[in-house]
Amino acid sequence: MIKILIYVAVVLAVFAIGYLVRVYELSSALKGKKDHEVTDSDNRLMSRIMLTFLFVFFAFVIYNLENYGPRTLPESASEHGVALDWLFNFNMAILFFVFTLTHIFLFYFAFKYYGRTGNKATYIAHNNKLEMIWTVIPAVVLAIIIIFGLKNWNKITAPASKDAIVIQLYAKQFDWTARYAGKDNELGESNYKLITGENPLGMDTTDVKGSDDIIVRNEFHIPLGKEVEFKMNSRDVIHSAYMPHFRAQMNCVPGMTTMMHFTPIITTAQMREKLNNPKFDYILLCNKICGVSHYNMQMTIVVDTEADYQNWLKSKSTFKKKAAAPEAKAVAAK
Amino acid sequence: MSAEAHLHHEAHAGHHDSHDEHHHEESFVSKYIFSMDHKVISRQFLITAVIMATLAMMMSLLFRLQLAWPGEHFAIINFLLGDKWGKDGVLDPGMYMALVTIHGTIMVFMVLTGGLSGTFSNLLIPYQVGARDMASGFMNMLSYWFFFLSSIFMLAGFFSETGPASGGWTVYPPLSALPQAMDGSKMGMTLWLISMSLFIVSSLLGGLNYIVTVLNLRTKGMSMTRMPLTIWAFLVTAILGVLSFPVLFSAALLLISDRSLGTSFYLSDIYIGGQALEQTGGSPILYEHLFWFLGHPEVYIILLPALGLTSEIISVNARKPIFGYRAMIGSIMAIGFLSFIVWGHHMFLTGMNPFLGSVFVFTTLLIAIPSAVKAFNYITTLWKGNIRYTPAMLFAIGLVSTFISGGLTGIILADSALDINVHDNYFVVAHFHIVMGVSAILGMLAGVYHWFPKLFLRHMNKKLGYIHFWGTFISAYGVFFPMHFLGLAGVPRRYYSNTAFPMFDNLVDINVFITCFAILAGLVQIIFLFNFFYSMFRGEKSEQNPWGANTLEWTTPMKHTHGNWPGALPVVHRWPYDYSKPGKEHDFVPQTVPLEEGEIDGGGH
Repeated sequence: MIKILIYVAVVLAVFAIGYLVRVYELSSALKGKKDHEVTDSDNRLMSRIMLTFLFVFFAFVIYNLENYGPRTLPESASEHGVALDWLFNFNMAILFFVFTLTHIFLFYFAFKYYGRTGNKATYIAHNNKLEMIWTVIPAVVLAIIIIFGLKNWNKITAPASKDAIVIQLYAKQFDWTARYAGKDNELGESNYKLITGENPLGMDTTDVKGSDDIIVRNEFHIPLGKEVEFKMNSRDVIHSAYMPHFRAQMNCVPGMTTMMHFTPIITTAQMREKLNNPKFDYILLCNKICGVSHYNMQMTIVVDTEADYQNWLKSKSTFKKKAAAPEAKAVAAK
Repeated sequence: MSAEAHLHHEAHAGHHDSHDEHHHEESFVSKYIFSMDHKVISRQFLITAVIMATLAMMMSLLFRLQLAWPGEHFAIINFLLGDKWGKDGVLDPGMYMALVTIHGTIMVFMVLTGGLSGTFSNLLIPYQVGARDMASGFMNMLSYWFFFLSSIFMLAGFFSETGPASGGWTVYPPLSALPQAMDGSKMGMTLWLISMSLFIVSSLLGGLNYIVTVLNLRTKGMSMTRMPLTIWAFLVTAILGVLSFPVLFSAALLLISDRSLGTSFYLSDIYIGGQALEQTGGSPILYEHLFWFLGHPEVYIILLPALGLTSEIISVNARKPIFGYRAMIGSIMAIGFLSFIVWGHHMFLTGMNPFLGSVFVFTTLLIAIPSAVKAFNYITTLWKGNIRYTPAMLFAIGLVSTFISGGLTGIILADSALDINVHDNYFVVAHFHIVMGVSAILGMLAGVYHWFPKLFLRHMNKKLGYIHFWGTFISAYGVFFPMHFLGLAGVPRRYYSNTAFPMFDNLVDINVFITCFAILAGLVQIIFLFNFFYSMFRGEKSEQNPWGANTLEWTTPMKHTHGNWPGALPVVHRWPYDYSKPGKEHDFVPQTVPLEEGEIDGGGH
């Protein structure tokens, strides 16, 4: 019944529009005016809307900054992230200045120079001096942006220090596994051909370096103030390890190992206090389209104090121990 | 080849000069379907693009509904996608991915590459350089029909059992290479690759034609520095396409081979679906390099024609010469050249050597300089003008605004260090939609309104055009401006829903806000569609030169005839931007008017 009513309404609406169009056509034919010709009053109206738009637009921008700005990521929980946030704000300040200036000129000119019959535009074809100015100034500003940017980039991508804690982040559809290098701080060899239900990372059991490795899922811990080096792998498709609170991201590519490192500077407990949110957690999420459950591929990150971190690590069994315990096998297979 | 084309053209032209009055009646099929006339082909491209754009926009509205109200039941989703992909009106996650993918592919390739260049290069190159037609009408016809087939294949995915391709418009392997990885990598991906291969053929046939026509068929007096900026933009665009699309073609071929022949160009060390694959030694990064070697020039293949149209429209309607004509040409060429050496900025986080990353930072940020010059020149063209607000002019000014606001955030993304935190999240989505999506669409619409009299000999309704502009412009910012903040809050793109993450819970209202504006934007386009199709048949008839423009297309009679000019080809005596020149009777001086004694061409006076 409702469907029929909808169809009837649509048909009636089409007829109504048809009649409206007809009436419009007849009336404009009677008036004999040319619709497409832009009149002075059209120009005046549009120019005023242009100016109004300028103000409304900036009001909207400010509304966005005030309402949505505070909901962006909290302060960086990693050392390099603090510098990056500063750089971001620095660049944004420049960009916002340019944005404001150009928009004021654009819409003000659009307002001021609307067409009036009898007026004539000024014939100005070019001005070398002016053009030189706005080639050189952007070039200088960009040079500054490039220098600051690359300084940070070089620092962030420089090799990790030798005593950094090595953790493998292993991605597959659709979850993460973290493997700690253990006491020797060296990851054991692995091979995708060795993957089985019990050995989801394809660890080479003959490699002694791997026997002290610790494999965890769902949640991994890192200690405050110590550099952590991540070695990223994927077993199936490209994933991307994104840890927004640490301003850290790197793709996980099958067939190769990618790396990144950072130093956490705020523990989970401290961040919860700062944000006044007892449920807050740092998170690792997948940021490269990887399949149908891409939107739910995550792992919790906990930043501990050094002591808590050591305790947590002790509570986890090594790969060798796990392999020896039959009940653990059953769990792993699950 | 070019010489041959030239000869062919001469013969063709000669034929028309002598027997123009009595040309034989053509059948409907040869006149409107398999036509070799640039004007008909241009209209074919435009109408196909309008249909494809409408479909792609509807797709975006469907996934925007899901993003604003995840898990909510919408009768429309069930109605359009059926029980399979929209059970109880809830969008299926796989279908969400497919919609995102096909929306992106259609918009980037079918609408803003094929549609934009296909329509306006075809329409304006022969008209504005003073040629009878394209160098090769036959290749031009093939170009459209390959494009048409490609569009059909792109949509065909929706009718395959496992759905369309759904690995994102960039279709990175191994996700797209392995049918085990997702449903969208099965039949749908094969169709996507066929579609893309056909599209590349179409684009190359078109591009070669555009280049040859511009270089060889310019009429007497039309030197390169007397060409309108539209033609410069189309020329550089075509060169970019001809140089970069073959690389995408090779990427697609290798992907087809990996999918069907068991090769391992992009595959190595993969365990999927409970099985270790045989393929070793390949790298998905190779695909990324090949893809983005096209992918970045592609951005300018989309943007340059829109900027070219804008240059012309702003100058005509401000009744002023375009400011810095030669600087504009220089900028177009600089952008074109630089666009080939910046592709790596899409790959900062693939584990590439950080030093190589630095090089790409440098080259990418260099592009900001010619872009800035263009933006400043547009603004200065308005200064002391006598602006006539046709709907086209509004869209052109809108483009300048979005080109600036979208371009500026590109400076953040080009900075590899800052890219780390916003790579692949909504900040990027906001950036490229504003700078290339919205800008290019605004430019294309400006072109449609401005050249409608040449396309269909009639005018579009002005008032509906005004409403269309303001509705589109305001909702475009309403959709994409707040999106930056989602990115800065760390929301990744291509997520079916954010409900699994408590940290995104306080962003729900932003997504609702965005979707409301997206729906508004969609509704406003209905006004356009009505205006477009209605005006095609019943719009006000246009006179020969309704905008008082200088370029050659407005010297052709108001009917569509083969050969464009009934008599001899026009002879060009001056550059195209003599608007409001002091000492002239009218505020425009067509290019065909000879220089007076002592008059300086090219902006001097």
